[in-house]
Amino acid sequence: MTTPVRIAQLSCGPEYSGVQKEIDQAAKAVDAEIFYPDISLADIRRDFTAFGLDVRSPDLKLAIARAKALVEGRVEADAVFIATCFRCAEAAIVRNELRRYIHENSKLPVVSYSFTERTTSGTLLTRMEALTTIARRRALLARETQVGLTLGLDSGSSTTKAVVMRDNKIIGTGWLPTTDVLESANATIQQALDMAGVKREEIQAVGTTGYGRFLVGEKIKADLIQEELTVNSKGAVFLADCQHGPSTVIDIGGMDNKAISVQDGIPGTFTMGGICAGASGRFLEMTAKRLGVDITELGPLALKGMSKQVAMNSYCIVFGTQSLVNALAAGSSKEDVAAAACHSVAEQVFEQQLQEVDIREPVIMVGGTSLIKGLVFAMGELLQVEIVVPPYSQYIGAVGSALLSSGFIREK
Amino acid sequence: MAKVFIYPATSLILSDLVARFGHTPLSAAQSIREHIQTAGLESPPLQISPEDPKKGLKYAAVEVPSGVRGRMSLYGPMIEDAEAGIIIHDADLAFGCMGCARTNELIIFLLKKRDIPVLELNYPKTDAEGAEFVAAIRDFLVGLGREK
Repeated sequence: MTTPVRIAQLSCGPEYSGVQKEIDQAAKAVDAEIFYPDISLADIRRDFTAFGLDVRSPDLKLAIARAKALVEGRVEADAVFIATCFRCAEAAIVRNELRRYIHENSKLPVVSYSFTERTTSGTLLTRMEALTTIARRRALLARETQVGLTLGLDSGSSTTKAVVMRDNKIIGTGWLPTTDVLESANATIQQALDMAGVKREEIQAVGTTGYGRFLVGEKIKADLIQEELTVNSKGAVFLADCQHGPSTVIDIGGMDNKAISVQDGIPGTFTMGGICAGASGRFLEMTAKRLGVDITELGPLALKGMSKQVAMNSYCIVFGTQSLVNALAAGSSKEDVAAAACHSVAEQVFEQQLQEVDIREPVIMVGGTSLIKGLVFAMGELLQVEIVVPPYSQYIGAVGSALLSSGFIREK
Repeated sequence: MAKVFIYPATSLILSDLVARFGHTPLSAAQSIREHIQTAGLESPPLQISPEDPKKGLKYAAVEVPSGVRGRMSLYGPMIEDAEAGIIIHDADLAFGCMGCARTNELIIFLLKKRDIPVLELNYPKTDAEGAEFVAAIRDFLVGLGREK
């Protein structure tokens, strides 16, 4: 039995929203426990004033004082979870500033979340899992080189990816749309094994990630079953060859998006989610289908167009699609519509998620959508940085899994 | 005797003062106690069940944060039930404190909207102000008894 990871909760409102139980359950599911840093009234008065953010809500003042106690080492914790009500502007300011303050002044992994009364433990699970992994498995995450013969599988919401690695090199890949989770996984693994020219029984260690990680991981007896936030961070810095120092990883997925601020290959702060599929790869798939082109052609098409020629806002996928249809009906070119769609998705991610992490160069885009050049261009324009898309970026989760799972070879 | 809603609703001192003059304080402790002790399928493990923010919709619309609505599901019915109110502005945290400033603004607004006697005072900063403060509350509560 391992010692539970102690996660300090800084919050305003979860108990009054009926979701505290969900937060506790999510933590318990990953062998962690939530606790409130214990501080005195004098601490609150002093620390709130010293922090300098003059908010009105006493619960937020308390959260600020608790954050200072954690950073200054007066209360010990392994990780920090910041939670406030969705749609509260005052709380959003505090949430952002506390996350930044803790990230800049301590080594504590921190994640923040804005909840509604509908938030469930399932929604919080991946975030809690990432927090506990960073706190508990720093040694594993410190791995920079893949050794032996390992297999990594990323069972994603849209596609399943597999990678076979030998002695720090990718020797086989597989990629199929996710239909039946297990069947897709088996077929993708076989693709990667065939390309690598190795047999399943020769593989020394296996790692799984993505939505189907538990189901597939148990079935194929994986050595490592790990959420995609930490795995993708490792994969990204490995492939982009920037394992030391800061970086930012952006993964616009088929169902949700991840933005991770990374230091030495380990996630510091991260956001995960997205309001609507309008801010995900799914919208680009729909755009390609409506334009009558393959998704692989959408990126080059977008690079030829001018996004400003078409008004498009994919905050909602339904309205986004409506703008798309209207633009085509009004005679806009396919190129301009493709560019506008890419710009719109990049803009949604920029507005909804990238505001919540510190963007530090290099900015690495990964996942299947990083192959859509128009999207990478649009993101670079918005961030005013040159985006790095490493080779094999679409296999990022599988590469991260294969890399990290090689740490288990010696144990066997 | 009157039912007196107190703000901050968590103030034990204010609650005690109201009770000493024979009135019924409507406070957070009472509401939360009833909430927990009322047997039923939805008796929550904490103060609030996920259903409560929906009950708070009576006082704040769906675009209002869930924490405000959850709190209003506790305080809203008490404000409706109140026959008088005492509001202490800018109270010290030790006197009584309610976590969410937006909920607090709504509570004060709804209480003032009721056509009932409401005493508004600033929290005292000196001993002299403290004596005036207690005297003002005493006079208000005694007056309430006479009206009845």
